[in-house]
Amino acid sequence: METQNNIDVRERPPLSNARLAILVLLGAETMLFSGLIGTFLVFRVGNVTWPPPSHIGIELPRVVTGINTALLLISGYTMFQAWRAIQKDSVKQLRNWLLITGILGLLFLGIQGSEWVQLIRKGLTLQSGVYGGIFYVLIGCHAVHVLSAVIWLFIVLGMAMAGRFSADRYTGVDTCTIYWIFVVALWPILYVLVYLS
Amino acid sequence: MHDNEHTSHHEESFLRKYVFSLDHKTIGKQFLIYGLIMFFLGGGLALLFRWKLAYPEKPLPIIGVSQQYLDEGEVVTGADRMWERIYESDEEEWLELYMPAGVMTDAFYNMLFTMHATVMVFFVIVPILVGAFGNFLIPLMIGTRDMAFPILNMLSFWFAVLAAIIMMAGFFVPGGHAAAGWTGYTPLSADAQWTGVEWGQILWGLSLFVQGLSSLVGSINYITTVINMRAPGMTFFRLPLVIWSLFIVAVLLLLAFPVLSSAIVLLVFDRLAGTTFFTATAEGGGDPLLWQHLFWFFGHPEVYILILPGMGIASELIPVFSRKPIFGYRSMVYAMIAIAFLGWIVWGHHMFQSGMRPGLGSIFMTTTMLIAVPSAIKTFNWLGTMFRGSIRFTAPMLHGIAFVSMFVIGGLSGIYMANTPVDVYIHDTYFIVAHIHYVVFGGSLFAVFGGIIFWFPKMYGRYMNDVLSKIHFWLTFIAFNCTFFPMHILGVGGHRRRISNPLAEAVEVVTQEQTFADMNIFITMSAFTLGFAQLILVFNFFWSMYKGKTAEQNPWHVNTLEWEAPTPVPHGNFGQIPTVYRGPYEYSVPGEEADWTPQAQPEHAPATGGD
Repeated sequence: METQNNIDVRERPPLSNARLAILVLLGAETMLFSGLIGTFLVFRVGNVTWPPPSHIGIELPRVVTGINTALLLISGYTMFQAWRAIQKDSVKQLRNWLLITGILGLLFLGIQGSEWVQLIRKGLTLQSGVYGGIFYVLIGCHAVHVLSAVIWLFIVLGMAMAGRFSADRYTGVDTCTIYWIFVVALWPILYVLVYLS
Repeated sequence: MHDNEHTSHHEESFLRKYVFSLDHKTIGKQFLIYGLIMFFLGGGLALLFRWKLAYPEKPLPIIGVSQQYLDEGEVVTGADRMWERIYESDEEEWLELYMPAGVMTDAFYNMLFTMHATVMVFFVIVPILVGAFGNFLIPLMIGTRDMAFPILNMLSFWFAVLAAIIMMAGFFVPGGHAAAGWTGYTPLSADAQWTGVEWGQILWGLSLFVQGLSSLVGSINYITTVINMRAPGMTFFRLPLVIWSLFIVAVLLLLAFPVLSSAIVLLVFDRLAGTTFFTATAEGGGDPLLWQHLFWFFGHPEVYILILPGMGIASELIPVFSRKPIFGYRSMVYAMIAIAFLGWIVWGHHMFQSGMRPGLGSIFMTTTMLIAVPSAIKTFNWLGTMFRGSIRFTAPMLHGIAFVSMFVIGGLSGIYMANTPVDVYIHDTYFIVAHIHYVVFGGSLFAVFGGIIFWFPKMYGRYMNDVLSKIHFWLTFIAFNCTFFPMHILGVGGHRRRISNPLAEAVEVVTQEQTFADMNIFITMSAFTLGFAQLILVFNFFWSMYKGKTAEQNPWHVNTLEWEAPTPVPHGNFGQIPTVYRGPYEYSVPGEEADWTPQAQPEHAPATGGD
């Protein structure tokens, strides 16, 4: 094969193409969130009282979201375990850890969704000034990322069921893990900024 | 020849080979043709509004009504008949809405200059410089068979096509196309009540968002390919400078475009969901200036995205046709990195007039002035490369020299605007229009033309016609300067930009009004010459593809790896992946017989036939 020939004559790079590409992608994702977080900070710092006076009475669900944060952090740990499992060539453990991670991710999305429903009922909508607007856009953007990570994870799970991974062939698990850890690690920053500040 | 032994022998279907191709060379050519088509579209828009600027009240030639028709109602030309018919029908026709009787409305003028800049920046310069040259050159010049992710590469092209389709659709939606300038300043762009534009602005945003995906996928591919897939012996400091420039640009695109995407998301929410991120309201409203910060945080790196590959191409052309090594290879690389880095901390210089604390302004002024240092390093290095070289004035070299000289003029006018006190005066005048065109047309596009002629033999196995290339060059060079140089004078004289009718505009210095009108007519005439000169390029391009003189494998005697591949380059590029033994610019090495030493030539064997 052509590519085979190409690799033979070259030194093996320290990072595989797939791993390098996913790290590069995370650079772009970081900048996307930087834009949104920057916007949030402009509004947060620009307003003397936050939430603005018109929003008194609406409280963001700090406690429930705190618990939710813990769930997501745990999912980061379970994803890491899945990654460790395939390195030890244990497809069965990989499957179990992936399943737990996926369920935790779905749980996170479910809890957040129900919180949103309650907030909208209380009157915090996209239209309620920049306070509501940036809340839904920033948190929503993260939720979209969690959702896509969950979808990706279930595809990887499907591939694991089909026996596509082994200790020396696990690029799919590897890239998905890196992406998942990114999405998990981003959340505490958003939680502290949006909910606690 | 055994060059084809590694290429796949199975027949590829037409779709796979020419449309949804995975081959980096085909994708590069697709980007090139796509960019050229959009180049004519963007140029056509400019010619339309140039007519308006020269003759604000006169109907356009060809599609406008004739003078007799205006004076006496007598139908003389075909256009008169067309307008009779349009006026008789009850239906509101597109043309009637925007150009009643062939005279452009102010609203349409706003759409035209907005779309001219949008098309040129996002759909011409970036696709050609980064998409076409990046795709074609990176694998060939670093010595590999294809990009790291061919499927992503194909997606990158088709995302760009989708973005162009969305962008063009904007002209035909109710309310017309985006008309808030290519920078889309808020609150002008944030609410339909200011411009009357409903869907155009939203489509503008969506299109750029899709274009962002295309850039993202492309830059992931470029970065991975350059880092991981270089041929044996091809160290980073043996990379040709054009590859360095494309690599740096990929990093800039990767990190800058998502910031624009985030701003676009917010803008589209403002438009569609009733948020007020960019509109100041009495209660809990947003901040119109925020858009400018987000836009220019992307926009300034974008400016360097537009010029760096041009610098890279010039750095290939100049040593080859001076038959000398590039002067200061490493300083060239570090200068590009410095420019790319400084590009992140200067965005505020676009906003001196938008309301900024003076202290902050002076910081942005200082960082901006610093960019002159690496830029000057590059300029002097190009001059040093040419100094006492045996210069060959081929068509690509002419473009290379034009690049350097026009870039210097554009760079010098940039220093004026970096100074806050000067900028306050010339901001939003034709001076800045002159500046951007000297850098982006005089710089990037001359590099593009030079690059096309230079690599054409490798792309299509034939030379472009030399006489036509040179006629095209001189016409373009002269018409370009006649078009854009007077704009400096207009700008300093106080002629503001984005004004549809300069005669009606209350120009402060009344006595200069007539001078401005004359100058505007001269500029328009030159612009039309410039536009028509490009037809020569396109004719030459397609004619030479089939009828050009057949080119040998390395017609210009170049050192870099792309010329090691057979012509036309087969699928898989190289028979055997070459090994690299030296840097890319070893021309006229003392003691060598030929005045060029290819990168893939093994260490010198003892000379035969002693001397």
